[in-house]
Amino acid sequence: MNTIETRELVRKFGDLTAVDKVTFQVKQGEIFGLLGPNGAGKTTTIKMLCTLLRPTSGTATVAGYDVVHQRTKVRQSIGLVFQDPSLDDRLTAMQNLHFHAMLFNIPGDVFKERVSELLEIVELTERAKNEVRTFSGGMKRRLEIARGLLHHPQVLFLDEPTLGLDPQTRHHIWEYIIAMRKKEGLSILLTTHYMDEVEHADRVLIIDHGQVVALDTPERLKGMVGGDVITLKTENDEIAAQRLKEKFQIEARRVKEELILEVPRGDKFIPKLLSTLGNGTRAIEVHSVSLRRPSMDDVFIKMTGHAIRDEEASAKDGLRANVHMRRRR
Amino acid sequence: MSEIQRNLKGIYTIWYREILRFWSDRMRIVASLGQPLLFLFVFGSGLSPSMSGLAGGNMDFKLFLFPGIISMAVLFTAVSSAISIVWDREFGFLKEVLVAPISRSAVALGKVAGGSTVAVFQGLIILLLSPLIGVSLNVTQILQLVGLMLLTAAAMTSLGVLIASRVQSMEAFPVLMNFILMPMFFLSGSFFPLRDVPTWLEWLGRIDPLTYGVDPIRQVTLRGNVPQAVLESIRLHDISTDVLVLLIFWAVMMVPAVIAFRRME
Ligand SMILES: Nc1ncnc2c1ncn2[C@@H]1O[C@H](COP(=O)(O)OP(=O)(O)OP(=O)(O)O)[C@@H](O)[C@H]1O
Ligand SMILES: [Mg+2]
Repeated sequence: MNTIETRELVRKFGDLTAVDKVTFQVKQGEIFGLLGPNGAGKTTTIKMLCTLLRPTSGTATVAGYDVVHQRTKVRQSIGLVFQDPSLDDRLTAMQNLHFHAMLFNIPGDVFKERVSELLEIVELTERAKNEVRTFSGGMKRRLEIARGLLHHPQVLFLDEPTLGLDPQTRHHIWEYIIAMRKKEGLSILLTTHYMDEVEHADRVLIIDHGQVVALDTPERLKGMVGGDVITLKTENDEIAAQRLKEKFQIEARRVKEELILEVPRGDKFIPKLLSTLGNGTRAIEVHSVSLRRPSMDDVFIKMTGHAIRDEEASAKDGLRANVHMRRRR
Repeated sequence: MSEIQRNLKGIYTIWYREILRFWSDRMRIVASLGQPLLFLFVFGSGLSPSMSGLAGGNMDFKLFLFPGIISMAVLFTAVSSAISIVWDREFGFLKEVLVAPISRSAVALGKVAGGSTVAVFQGLIILLLSPLIGVSLNVTQILQLVGLMLLTAAAMTSLGVLIASRVQSMEAFPVLMNFILMPMFFLSGSFFPLRDVPTWLEWLGRIDPLTYGVDPIRQVTLRGNVPQAVLESIRLHDISTDVLVLLIFWAVMMVPAVIAFRRME
């Protein structure tokens, strides 16, 4: 059974088409990743699925219920962790959870049991009686995850659950997510622009400018990149790229200050590459060379023709991350 | 559980949070006493000599001011409680409420109920000062005051919810304060009697909904504390007229408030 099904989902804001004919299915028990740069339409997609925004056209069902016509049913079946914090800072962790339980009409004894279990999992038992404004960003995030799971949802939506958190906390949060999936068999739809994170997902949908660019398992997506990835820094990328094309018929992509190329056997290719660039009438100095297995970054660049964080986006993202951090404090 | 039961529980939940926040912020309750006290004792005492002609010289200005200060506390608490919707949106908490399996109308109604209750609490706290002013109240008066404060608060919270659902950000707040709240407060007869004032002022007072809250609150508070003739000389309308106007204003505000809240994205 599919827990989420969307068909040609569209959402417009005035002239802007934020989500453009997006179709996908999420199976029960699946971890499904939505990957895309800033403004790709990830949050808008989630908002439509969780009934906060009406689709301009297209249909979607969550847990078998229509997101426009059966909103209450949908809401009862989903748990949410929003991109921006959504806790009441002035109340304690326990009060926040209790409020949620009341909204979802969870009986008192069920709540008691569930809440102690979840607080244990997210390691907040000791802080349950503290006001949320005294929590760190990571603690707030963990509390939100616990809250999202309180009413036994079938689907958990996580919109950038680890944004602005340190690697250790990120790792931790992933442990909870994977553990909960195993324990409760719930489906998880999450968005992120940390490439390494989508590797945890069963399948990944790459979205750019509101449109689906690719949808497959992380392994298969990486398989679309031909072999190994070599990253090169030289004194003159343009000439270097030209020479690579002449000698090896390889199209190197220039991304920021680097040249990126894909070759079947990187270890064998590097010596040839260096001698080619170092010889000839005009020798090109090579500052650095690195070789790696393809990552989701490479997949993204290959599919969309640009890095997930190009100059403009990363400036905007930096700004937003700041705002985010300030709020999370 | 039926749809209706679930939504009633929803209203109760939103109301409950409002009360919880009020209690957990005891410092604010104490702090919020500062302004009324300042008004009451500084203005009350400072203006007393100039206001000595009040009601033919038979009434201390502080006595006149006291019910106005109660109304002020009710107005400001009610409106700021409703305006907290904007804060909740700004700080993200509103989303938690909006994706809960209850209707938007229930959320709006819960907000009005919560804001009104909190405003009555605040009014009652001011009422505790009555011995200091030389006002004594019996149980009937107190119950009547609770009723009047509740009605005034409900009307004002509904207005607040309507505004909060329409304004996009907190930046609109000073505009709101200066162009709606302050004029409403000053024109309501809280500070000075709306009798024997220039006609334009009298008319502005007449279209100010808060006037119809201040007037009955004053009549009930001062009943038995000033001679009946004095009371007659400062009252504006029958209490029943005031109550009717408040009820109508409340209904007229509540409907668009709920609609605006449902439409909000
Ligand atoms: N309420 C709104 N009104 C107008 N435009 C909007 C609104 N919400 C989103 N958009 C626009 O829709 C596009 C998609 O936004 P969305 O928030 O879905 O992106 P995202 O993929 O979540 O990006 P990010 O990684 O930055 O969170 C953006 O161009 C954004 O400006
Ligand atoms: Mg987003």
